[in-house]
Amino acid sequence: MTLTITNIKRPGSEAPESVTVENGVIKGWNLPHEGEVIDGQGGAVAPALIEPHAHLREPGQTQKEDLASGLAAAAAGGYGTVVSMPNTSPVVDDPATVRTLIEKADGLGFARLRPAAALTRGQEGEHLAELAYLKEAGAVMFTDDGRTNEDARVLRLGLEYARSLDMVVSVHAEDASLRAGGVMNEGPVSEALGLPGNPAAAEAARVARDLEIVAQTGARLHVQHLSTARALELVRGAKARGLPVTCEVCPHHLTLTDEALRSFDAVYKVAPPLRTQVDADALLGGLLDGTVDCLATDHAPHTGAEKERDLLEAPFGIAYIELAFPLMWTRFGERLGLERLLDLMTAAPARVLGWPAPTLEPGAPADLVVLDLDTEREVDPRTFLSKAKFSPWAGETLRGWPTLTVVGGRIAFRR
Amino acid sequence: MTAPTTAGTRPRHLLDFADWTPERLTALLDNADTMSQVLDRPVRKVPALQGLTVCTAFFENSTRTRVSFELAARRMSADVVSFAAGASSLNKGESLRDTVEVLTAYKVDAYVVRHPASGAAHLVARYSGKPVINAGDGRRAHPTQALLDAYTIRQEFGSLEGKTVAILGDIRHSRVARSNAELLPKLGARVRLCGPATLLPADLAALPGVTVTTDPREAVRGAHAVMALRLQQERMSGGYLASLAEYADHYQVNARLLREAEPGAIVLHPGPMNRDLEISSDVADGEQSRILRQVENGQAVRMSVLYHLLVGRE
Repeated sequence: MTLTITNIKRPGSEAPESVTVENGVIKGWNLPHEGEVIDGQGGAVAPALIEPHAHLREPGQTQKEDLASGLAAAAAGGYGTVVSMPNTSPVVDDPATVRTLIEKADGLGFARLRPAAALTRGQEGEHLAELAYLKEAGAVMFTDDGRTNEDARVLRLGLEYARSLDMVVSVHAEDASLRAGGVMNEGPVSEALGLPGNPAAAEAARVARDLEIVAQTGARLHVQHLSTARALELVRGAKARGLPVTCEVCPHHLTLTDEALRSFDAVYKVAPPLRTQVDADALLGGLLDGTVDCLATDHAPHTGAEKERDLLEAPFGIAYIELAFPLMWTRFGERLGLERLLDLMTAAPARVLGWPAPTLEPGAPADLVVLDLDTEREVDPRTFLSKAKFSPWAGETLRGWPTLTVVGGRIAFRR
Repeated sequence: MTAPTTAGTRPRHLLDFADWTPERLTALLDNADTMSQVLDRPVRKVPALQGLTVCTAFFENSTRTRVSFELAARRMSADVVSFAAGASSLNKGESLRDTVEVLTAYKVDAYVVRHPASGAAHLVARYSGKPVINAGDGRRAHPTQALLDAYTIRQEFGSLEGKTVAILGDIRHSRVARSNAELLPKLGARVRLCGPATLLPADLAALPGVTVTTDPREAVRGAHAVMALRLQQERMSGGYLASLAEYADHYQVNARLLREAEPGAIVLHPGPMNRDLEISSDVADGEQSRILRQVENGQAVRMSVLYHLLVGRE
């Protein structure tokens, strides 16, 4: 299959160009037009985005999301590759499940799926999963995300084992005993609302512990969805010591605070929770100074009925993989700049995972996205391809919408 | 997300006091005086709510509050329908929405809601579109209790302006404390919250007019009203307290502690009481106690709230 996309601009260039892709790779730039010709309408072209942290809910919870809806939503968000979390039902902790997921996703024609596998069997935190077999089957990361690794010794063993496989372990860094029954950030807002709080110390204490294990083992650790200024400071210090640690932040922790919970709307109930403006500002500072390695959405779909429950009963999670780039571009585009933002959503997650940086050079895989950086559109959750049709940003006007996503030379999404 | 009520306009619900101005709150308390007179008549009934149906939807056990609301509605000639549900752990939110939508289809005109989750009354307001009175949601708010507390204090001193109210006990888990901390400063009073540090979130000091202290003598010193909160015994298994005896020794509202208060100070308790735990029996039954008066005033205040929300005259 041959495809030519015309009238697109590479970052740093104002001149419209065309790219031709053939047999799944980039054939070249500004060649005579071949195959299907698509007008890129002056949009910015970039390697397709990489989502290092999403929940696709298959197997077992397909009423919330499945591979088809989740990967279609990802493609609509400009993503070419999605790393799915293993906290499905059953848990992704055996090689057969990893293979099945990849094969099924490959047949769908949306974004690519690269599953993360559980670090421990059943994510129970007690016995290591068969990490070597899981890697052979195609797992790209080990994590018990959705659960916190309470047993420090097991985490240490997992890190050591993963190191021997040259794999990264990612962690949901939260001390479960300090979090207790907290459903939102602990502070003046939680106290005024009478809701059980999750203290910032729950995150910082766990990050501090895990960083000491990294110092001991030398293994690569990736800290997921940092939410507090203090935990970020700990990671900054660890990096200064030369420890092999990386971290991600989520756009929702940059753009929302615990004040949003005053609506009692469970759409704002996430784990780790929305923190304070001081934390959000610190996280942005971490993006600007390079402490934060990459962006992740932690796309966590639920049914509308589940999110209509009260704040004690509703599940944790926001799903917005279709909005992540427009949200970041609209809110922080000027401060971050296009190249840095794209790096945070493409090459940076690749570096975390130990992959080569995606490029638009001839011969590279034809995974690319065209972004309309100027046209404003209102967020309408009813139009989401994800099954989770709710959003904290419903009704907001955003810029930077993907208009075309190509994965492996095939059109995975076109607006 | 739109809030159920909008500041500046007439509040449609009583979920908490966020949208209630001091003027409206004062009008509500003034109106309770009128309702109180109704309760003193030989025939304790007025036709104000005739033809209207009030639903008391209780997702959490309560006898006193529920009886108080139902009598208040009946004394104003409303029809009352009661809905009681155990808070099932599964699909509670879905059943809350479904339940409310069904009741609304039956032409219920207003809801009185008690629920174990903070914010649940807001959800009922969102789903029903009818006036909602929060009769206690989680740790969040119990506004009619705070109103009857304020009414009782005002009855005693004529005004809340410049008065100091000390509230002692399990502040962390108390919706009564939160509602009083929100309401009383709006009416000109200062609130001191006091308890052991494990039951006293320091963050509540961020509320205007509110201070927190772990020292009961400091809390009560010069106070015009001293309120003891019920200590739930499960707090011990939660690790919040070392022992009930130690708690009682340090935080019990008793004659010795009351000597720190303003002469003529009154004693309040939202009930039900653990006698000789958070409050000594002699104080509970003593001259300064207004605990039964609170219960009596509760009905008049709730009549006033129903009147304010459903009839529209202040």
